[in-house]
Amino acid sequence: MDTLLQQLINGLTLGAVYALVALGYTMVYGIIGLINFAHGEVVMIGTMVAFTVIVFLAGSGMPPLVILGIGLLVAVAACMVLGWALERIAYRPLRHAPRLTPLITAIGMSIVLQNVAMIIWGRNYITFPPMIHKEIYELGGASFTNVQVAIVCLAALVMLGLTYLVQRTRIGMAMRATAENQQVALLMGVDINRVIAMAFVIGSALGALAGCMVGSYYEIAHYQMGFMLGLKAFTAAVLGGIGNMAGAMAGGLLLGVIEALGAGYIGDLTGDFLGSHYQDIFAFIVLIIVLMFRPSGLFGERTGDRA
Amino acid sequence: MNHVRIPGVLVVLAASVALIGCGKKEEPKAAAPAPAPAAAAPAPKPEMVVKIGHVAPLTGPIAHLGKDNENGARLAVEDANAKKLEIDGKVVKFELLGEDDQADPKTGTVVAQKLVDAKVAGVVGHLNSGTTIPASAIYNQAGLPQISPSATNPKYTQQGFNTTFRVMANDIQQGSVVGSYAVKDMGAKKVAIIDDRTAYGQGLADEVEKAAKAGGATIVAREFTNDKATDFKAILTKIKAKNPDVIFLGGMDAVGGPMLKQIKELGIKAKFTTGDGGCSPELIKLAGPASEGVICTQAGLPVDKLPNGQKFVEDFTKKYGQIQIYSPYSYDAVMVLVDAMKRANSADPVKYLPEVGKTSYDGVTGKVEFDEKGDIKNGAITVFEIKDGKLVTLKSEGGTAGAAAAPEAKK
Repeated sequence: MDTLLQQLINGLTLGAVYALVALGYTMVYGIIGLINFAHGEVVMIGTMVAFTVIVFLAGSGMPPLVILGIGLLVAVAACMVLGWALERIAYRPLRHAPRLTPLITAIGMSIVLQNVAMIIWGRNYITFPPMIHKEIYELGGASFTNVQVAIVCLAALVMLGLTYLVQRTRIGMAMRATAENQQVALLMGVDINRVIAMAFVIGSALGALAGCMVGSYYEIAHYQMGFMLGLKAFTAAVLGGIGNMAGAMAGGLLLGVIEALGAGYIGDLTGDFLGSHYQDIFAFIVLIIVLMFRPSGLFGERTGDRA
Repeated sequence: MNHVRIPGVLVVLAASVALIGCGKKEEPKAAAPAPAPAAAAPAPKPEMVVKIGHVAPLTGPIAHLGKDNENGARLAVEDANAKKLEIDGKVVKFELLGEDDQADPKTGTVVAQKLVDAKVAGVVGHLNSGTTIPASAIYNQAGLPQISPSATNPKYTQQGFNTTFRVMANDIQQGSVVGSYAVKDMGAKKVAIIDDRTAYGQGLADEVEKAAKAGGATIVAREFTNDKATDFKAILTKIKAKNPDVIFLGGMDAVGGPMLKQIKELGIKAKFTTGDGGCSPELIKLAGPASEGVICTQAGLPVDKLPNGQKFVEDFTKKYGQIQIYSPYSYDAVMVLVDAMKRANSADPVKYLPEVGKTSYDGVTGKVEFDEKGDIKNGAITVFEIKDGKLVTLKSEGGTAGAAAAPEAKK
């Protein structure tokens, strides 16, 4: 029982990170129907920038939480600029191009960003300086750290904030309108260029946040870390119904938990026929089953509201 | 505005495109060979350029080890050029063609073919067993001598090829040392084993399992991860429930570092052991205080005990910084090739290949002699413990340190 609880805690932490990254995919997809494959790299750059700032400030004598906060803010700001630049440089000129063109461009951007990061931060693993002293708590035989609690709480807060932004504010309304129908939104006086740029900026900010979480959770960073993370988060977004925000959140959490349980129990369930290296098939089997019965994902709708 | 399609189709398409895109990516500049300035002397004698291939992962999670290998080989090429060797009446200028296999078996064979096409005279590499073994078939077909500085999976030299050599003890030796150390010296009764499903990790883990069982311990868990993973909490949670005395990891430092931290966070008390892939300063850097008390082994002697190691350590650290694990071995591997060419008085693989097998070379890692399969004779295994953030030698088995041992080199 305590093992199950521990696996759920593991999965929840992982899932919270997936959910935040998945939101970045889903927002952009919801509005312009583009799968921004460079999003995983934005997350990576966020981690790296936060790392650089934190190392730079580490000797300054400021309290660790302040340093972490500054690192986070700078990373979020840097990624917002990066997200805006990506949209402006790589995707806007291709907005009316066939669907596959921006997709390939996105993959290209992903490779470019990886290589830029490799040039700047090197090939080695970077040790994220532990700014928060990790407290280990015990609960019913399962242990978790304050960092994990912070990750889950912060992710929940941000998701609530985002829901408010999209559902209750003017820019949110503009986003939903653009998602519904760009031309009509344009006719109604919505500056769709601004709205699309905003989607990228907000998505990238969430990515930066997720990057900082990953960094302080695993305490390591690497220029290729964004690729797998991005792919998993993308899977989560599809699982929940890409383009749907609630779906991305649910999909992320679900994927995290399925992964943890899969790795923990696959051996027992199959009588050691399949070992824990097959942990990912659980997630993908669930994905396939969901797509078979609900091709647009758990929360996806066939038409309409996708923001 | 018909965005809404069936995402599933797109997903598959996009994911496959992404994967292809990733597999193709290649690092442009760093792999280019740096011509050694030493050889640019006015040449009254005719000059001959001999290309030596080197392959290791220069991108990806263990790029730091790949770069370390390449730097070792590069230093050897520079040293060999400085000697202005003459082969067949011509002054030889060695050139290193460095390739990146991304630690990926498929890419490994692609770059192997590339080196064959580039007409290299011999190959030093690859780093991982998983890339070395498939690539060795290509080199063998081309008749090129291949010396791996670090591939320890026994299969590499058991394929019946006359072109495969290694300058490091294999996993059968290493696995039995780790396994019996865990049981005898650490008193482990219950052992949990994790491997990263690479040819190296899996092969070593299998040997450790055998040795631990032979020593009377029970294997309570055999778990798996992959060489790019950073989250191990799920398998560690499972292991925690089995309550082992010792956990062994068959994998690289990039996996071991975060794994150690997560072991701490989950409150697992078991001692952690790993093989040469995790026995590096990088592991200490990545795991921080969580690396205290880790027991690990390296195939080979500790750097400060290398018979002729002191000069190498000085030269290397001055040029490239800290030695990770295998650079002394890639240095020797290049030197063994050069030495064989010298004795055969030819850089033609057909002519000098037989000489590689007859090697008896005093390298920085000890005496290099090969058995009939191409494995190093009397390869050493050293057991280390991490204490106060440093690798401390506990004991060495085999090897040729003995009388020739250099005084302790300063770190």
